[in-house]
Amino acid sequence: MFELNDPLIPVIGEVTDIRIDTPDIKTFRVVTPDGKKAFAHRPGQCAMLSMPGVGEAMFSITSSPTNTEYMEFSIKKCGCVTEWLHSMEVGQQITIRGPYGKPFPVDDEFVGKNLLFIAGGVGLAPLRSVINYCRHYRDRYGKIDIVYGSRSKDDLLDYNEIISEWANDAGVNVHLTIDREQEGWDGHVGFVPNYVKELGFDTDKIAVLCGPPIMIKFTLNGLYELGFDKTQIYTTLELRMKCGIGKCGRCNVGSKYVCKDGPVFRFDQLDELPDEY
Amino acid sequence: MRKISLDRINDLFAAIAAEFRLYLPVDTNGGARYEEWAEGKILSDELNTVRSAKDFFFPQTENLMDFKTEGKKIEIVDTRSETEDFVIFGVKACDVRSFDVLDRVFLAEPQDSFYKNRREHSLILSMACAKPHETCFCTTFGIDPSAPMGDIVCYKTEDALYMDAKTEKGAALLKKIESITVEDNGEAAEKQKKVIRERLEKLPLHNLTADRFGGDKTAEFFKAPEWKELSASCLGCGTCTFVCPTCQCYDIKDFNTGHGIKRFRCWDSCMYSEFTKMSAGQPRLTQLERFRQRFMHKLVYFPANNDGMFACVGCGRCLSKCPIQMNIVKVMKTLGKGEEKNV
Ligand SMILES: Cc1cc2nc3c(=O)[nH]c(=O)nc-3n(C[C@H](O)[C@H](O)[C@H](O)COP(=O)(O)OP(=O)(O)OC[C@H]3O[C@@H](n4cnc5c(N)ncnc54)[C@H](O)[C@@H]3O)c2cc1C
Ligand code: SF4
Ligand code: SF4
Ligand code: FES
Repeated sequence: MFELNDPLIPVIGEVTDIRIDTPDIKTFRVVTPDGKKAFAHRPGQCAMLSMPGVGEAMFSITSSPTNTEYMEFSIKKCGCVTEWLHSMEVGQQITIRGPYGKPFPVDDEFVGKNLLFIAGGVGLAPLRSVINYCRHYRDRYGKIDIVYGSRSKDDLLDYNEIISEWANDAGVNVHLTIDREQEGWDGHVGFVPNYVKELGFDTDKIAVLCGPPIMIKFTLNGLYELGFDKTQIYTTLELRMKCGIGKCGRCNVGSKYVCKDGPVFRFDQLDELPDEY
Repeated sequence: MRKISLDRINDLFAAIAAEFRLYLPVDTNGGARYEEWAEGKILSDELNTVRSAKDFFFPQTENLMDFKTEGKKIEIVDTRSETEDFVIFGVKACDVRSFDVLDRVFLAEPQDSFYKNRREHSLILSMACAKPHETCFCTTFGIDPSAPMGDIVCYKTEDALYMDAKTEKGAALLKKIESITVEDNGEAAEKQKKVIRERLEKLPLHNLTADRFGGDKTAEFFKAPEWKELSASCLGCGTCTFVCPTCQCYDIKDFNTGHGIKRFRCWDSCMYSEFTKMSAGQPRLTQLERFRQRFMHKLVYFPANNDGMFACVGCGRCLSKCPIQMNIVKVMKTLGKGEEKNV
């Protein structure tokens, strides 16, 4: 009767692995009930996950598109849906629909460039997908720098992967920082924006920023001081979303819908939008 | 053009209703509203319905799907079913245009199958507005109330109803009711058109223009100081968005009935503070920002994405229903004042 799939009708996903990353972030591995990846995606795109009866919420697909077996989501506990998701056990089914949004331009603007990724807290979730994509196609890109900071060592997402994989890659430099001194931590201490300035990057690269609004604001100023131009800096926006397809009106900012025209934006594009994000 | 005398209009409705579900405006204690026709229901003489005709395609609440859960398992139950063909009789020019505005949203890829299903199964019998009100300003947006769009356009005079098919679907329907109608040369309809146009000239909002608005005006109007005064008394009640034929924001919510879970879509309003509230913050903190969003969307953002089409059809509903008498006309007149000469 209805041949047309409706974009609001999800498919079933099954949680096959749960990793406790930090006190309030868990990473969930999701496949369809027959063990496949639910749909293909590009780095930076998102999906709507839901537990029927609790609600739907939007999350970045943190696994790389080069992973063709499953998808992963790093989810921070902060309300109804996320709390429920945190209470799940392996084998639990949820619903999933997507992919949503425009991806990072990994196959055009990023190609041949040096890349600087700057993340704070759960802001690493969308960037992990891009970072692993660029690591997979390593020779398409120049040098890769990753600056990542959190409140404490325990709040660093994907810590094991960062230390055992990213940091060992040729041409990848990882710079970790935590907000305050902590026993057992001999790395850098201080906020991300200051650390970026201290590291003093050359402007021969593209920078990608993701994290809490306050971190974005100060890091952006730091990058401008270092001589970066708006056209070299990307970020992803987070607004409240319901449909994911530019129809429910919720994520509308100026003439853009963040769910469909974003969430990835370049700062010069953001300048054209009213300041409502 | 076909004609039926008004004393036989019941026969017309009965003939249509024999084939289709037929909806038409009838009078109620709360003003005119669309109801399904049944013997004894009388077509309202009011200019327009209190609620707009968008409800036919985008209902206030609708069940999107059901879920069954058992242990860790979930089953999605597709509750969609093909709608039967239905006729909406007496839709005014402004509301007919509002369907074009809604189409731009719901039929843009990826298409909304719920909306599309209802849209494809509808027949619109529009009605020219014999007596436009002083709150009407559809002409501001290039809409002609004397010649609405639709599958069939109707003209109602003192003693007869005239019907002119505009689409194949419309012609097919006229064919079906041929035996109770007679051919007409169209003179009466032309005469009414002329009267309507003369009446329009005298309406207070006839010269209101939207020329100063459009897709490229964000910078000009977003920071306008006038928003403060315009939004100062807004209660954030959302009435304007609910009665508006083109407002289409929605929420998605689940409801556990005890026997299963239902997912609903319901109207939402950008006038509500909850609309954009997030754990990380609230991008529109004050009512000024929410108020501005509604009007900027209609006059600037929507045209930017839709070839200049405005998301207001000048129906005047928000003019008569807002509890504080604020409305889009005041916004248009007040923003960038000084330059407006005609109003
Ligand atoms: C494009 C995009 C990508 C995202 N990616 C990720 C990701 O990768 N990982 C991740 O963890 N998150 C991500 N998010 C954020 C995630 O969508 C939200 O955390 C999630 O929607 C919260 O849902 P919830 O039901 O758990 O919270 P809700 O129950 O909706 O509440 C969230 C917060 O809002 C506030 N709130 C809500 N309702 C009220 C109320 N009535 N009164 C007062 N306060 C209220 C509360 O402070 C609460 O903590 C992303 C969001 C977007 C838009
Ligand atoms: S403009 Fe009027 S109708 Fe609309 S929300 Fe404000 S008070 Fe309510
Ligand atoms: S904004 Fe007001 S006048 Fe315009 S279409 Fe909506 S309700 Fe009608
Ligand atoms: S989430 Fe519905 S329009 Fe973007």
